Amino acid sequence: MEISRGPLVDLELRRARRSTQIKDLVIQSVLIASSLVAILTTIGIVASLAFEAFRFFEKIPLTDFLFGLEWSPQTAIREDQVGSSGAFGVIPLLTGTLLISFIAMLVATPLGLLSAIYLAEYAKPKTRGIVKPLLELLAGIPTVVYGFFAALVIAPIVRNTGSGMGFEISSESALAAGLVMGIMLVPFISSLSDDVINAVPQALRDASLGMGATSSETITKVVLPAATPGIMGSLLLAISRAIGETMIVVMAAGLAAKLSLNPLEAVTTMTVQIVTLLTGDQEFDSAKTLAAFAIALFLFILTLGLNVIALKIVDTYKKQYD
Amino acid sequence: MLSHLKLSIHTRNNMTDFTKETYALNTSSSLKARHAKEARFKWYGRIAILIALSFLVFMFSAILLRGLGAFQQTKISLEVSFSEQVIDPSGERNPEVLTRVNYKPVLTQALAKTFPNISERRDKRNLYKLLSSGAIYEIGELVSGNHDIIGTTQTIWLSASSEVDLFMKGKIDAGLPEDLRRLKDKDINYIETLIQNGQIKKKFNTAFFMNGDSREPEMAGILGAALGSFFSLLVCFIIAFPLGILTAVYLEEYARKSIITDLIEININNLAAVPSIVFGLLGLSIFLGVFHIPRSTPLVGGMVLALMTLPTIIIAARASLRSVPQSVRDAAFGLGASKTQATFHHVVPLAMPGMLTGTILGMAQALGETAPLLMIGMVAFIVDIPHGVTDVATSLPVQIFLWADSPEKGFVERTSAAIIVLLAFLILMNLLAVFLRKKLERRW
Repeated sequence: MEISRGPLVDLELRRARRSTQIKDLVIQSVLIASSLVAILTTIGIVASLAFEAFRFFEKIPLTDFLFGLEWSPQTAIREDQVGSSGAFGVIPLLTGTLLISFIAMLVATPLGLLSAIYLAEYAKPKTRGIVKPLLELLAGIPTVVYGFFAALVIAPIVRNTGSGMGFEISSESALAAGLVMGIMLVPFISSLSDDVINAVPQALRDASLGMGATSSETITKVVLPAATPGIMGSLLLAISRAIGETMIVVMAAGLAAKLSLNPLEAVTTMTVQIVTLLTGDQEFDSAKTLAAFAIALFLFILTLGLNVIALKIVDTYKKQYD
Repeated sequence: MLSHLKLSIHTRNNMTDFTKETYALNTSSSLKARHAKEARFKWYGRIAILIALSFLVFMFSAILLRGLGAFQQTKISLEVSFSEQVIDPSGERNPEVLTRVNYKPVLTQALAKTFPNISERRDKRNLYKLLSSGAIYEIGELVSGNHDIIGTTQTIWLSASSEVDLFMKGKIDAGLPEDLRRLKDKDINYIETLIQNGQIKKKFNTAFFMNGDSREPEMAGILGAALGSFFSLLVCFIIAFPLGILTAVYLEEYARKSIITDLIEININNLAAVPSIVFGLLGLSIFLGVFHIPRSTPLVGGMVLALMTLPTIIIAARASLRSVPQSVRDAAFGLGASKTQATFHHVVPLAMPGMLTGTILGMAQALGETAPLLMIGMVAFIVDIPHGVTDVATSLPVQIFLWADSPEKGFVERTSAAIIVLLAFLILMNLLAVFLRKKLERRW
């Protein structure tokens, strides 16, 4: 471009610059608008759940829902009985959910943590390169597959072993669902714990090893205590996953809302009840349908709380060693 | 042991006794135990990995074992005479009418020809039960597709009933007492005659890949569900890919750190961990309840899945953008590019392979998702094959769920086969992602 042309070029340049500025402005607002979708989604979730749940609580008092010990929405048959019909106590669902999650964590915690420790501290890079993706494959399998497997293969095995040992185990037991869910959770715990263990500074290990400790002593007495907050975070995230898991429990855990902590019985969970209440024939506005939203709100708050705490713990932990 | 050692060091009374000798004694006696413990600890890790991976192998082999049979279907060959008087007395050859003609007499006649000794009516009726109840539709399609067949006699292979199919695959125990079986001794005799005549054979199960859902296991196929999944993923991709990438670009390239960006970030992280069923409820009350998008369609399914996969795509896209070196941006600015030009002409194209990888992984996740789709009505019994995003449909994982729930024994095999197909798609998508990452992604 020749500078000697002076004012004309200047004008052209300015026009070009202005058009780019306008373009930039348009693009920037498009970008902002699309980022807001994430916020809108959260607002949408909270609003829709809260709105329907509020209508539910107009029919059933909040205290009955939160502290009720009985869950039997199916009794609400006659429409004129609204309010007095059915029992909408969330406690049996909560105990069922927690029971299955507990069994799952009982399986997933040792498997996940020990795998993570081995992969992070002992495994050769080559082994790690093979085993880690294989473990993560477990997280990539659709939960409907786990559910099918739990109902078709694991539940009969559990029942037969139980009856062999003299236990009466129902065909849809909390145990079968929990065991399979535990395996599903292994990669969630192992990969996050792996990161967390890797984030522990090498200097701490070197110091411990230099003092004559063996690798396992270094791990249990130095690395793990240092990594505890991060590991806690990963366990909390796994618990939140377990609580919100739907397909495995729908297919393998059963429908009976019993207030029981016996892992050999069939129990139901919050997610199972949401699915049963909202699939099949339904009238909108009935307490039965609205109850699903109330459970979902409860579930959302529970998992959100766990996530927020977990992410906060992991975050502060990571900053500690940065 | 270390703790033991520490204890003896810190105990004041022992301080005077703490000589070189005792120290040496202490270590040598415990060293063996410490090393044994070390070895044991290492094995705990190995065993944990082994348990998790053997479960994976167990699950895959159990499903493969059950499902592979479904890729074959038992067919019975019959000599069918397509008499014009029965099929098309008017001679119009209207294909619509021809598919709907009652072909049962044609089939019973063909069966009677194969088993000339059977005369009793009840036995004849039982004979007909060897064939799938879908066999009449198979004939119907054959005739309406090829009019010349009318008036001739042809040998054609027709689907056997689910019971016969299970028997041929060795999944019915003929040793059981007769009244516990749905396939009676007489039926088994018929089948044996057919085997001797070479009139019964397992053939590749095209119906499984070409049909929609059905109440009869032998007629049920996954095409409808697979297309439902495809259309849902299409909608999901169209929404989530641009939104995810634009959000990532905004957060990484444009936004200055502020309360709003913090809020967006917190949102994204939390949305990634919200139980999937909650997204289904969001779809039910907002997309169906407020916007009145037609229920049970891939359109609404795809929208719900898009919201679910958005966090995955955003997180992957941001990581990908972050890995593009600052020098690329600086060079663009140095040559007079505007912010938009630098970003969209230089940074985004360089980050694209990573973004695509993340998107494919997100899509794979969406493909396996079941629970939210149950909430928006994609769980109905749908025979028709969807042709667009606004046709009612199910999806592959929902079909698996529905079949898993069926009482018919024949569906166990179909369910496992559908899982094999679903897993094959997932593996393909993951391989594609790995390929993209390996081939296209640049390392700086």
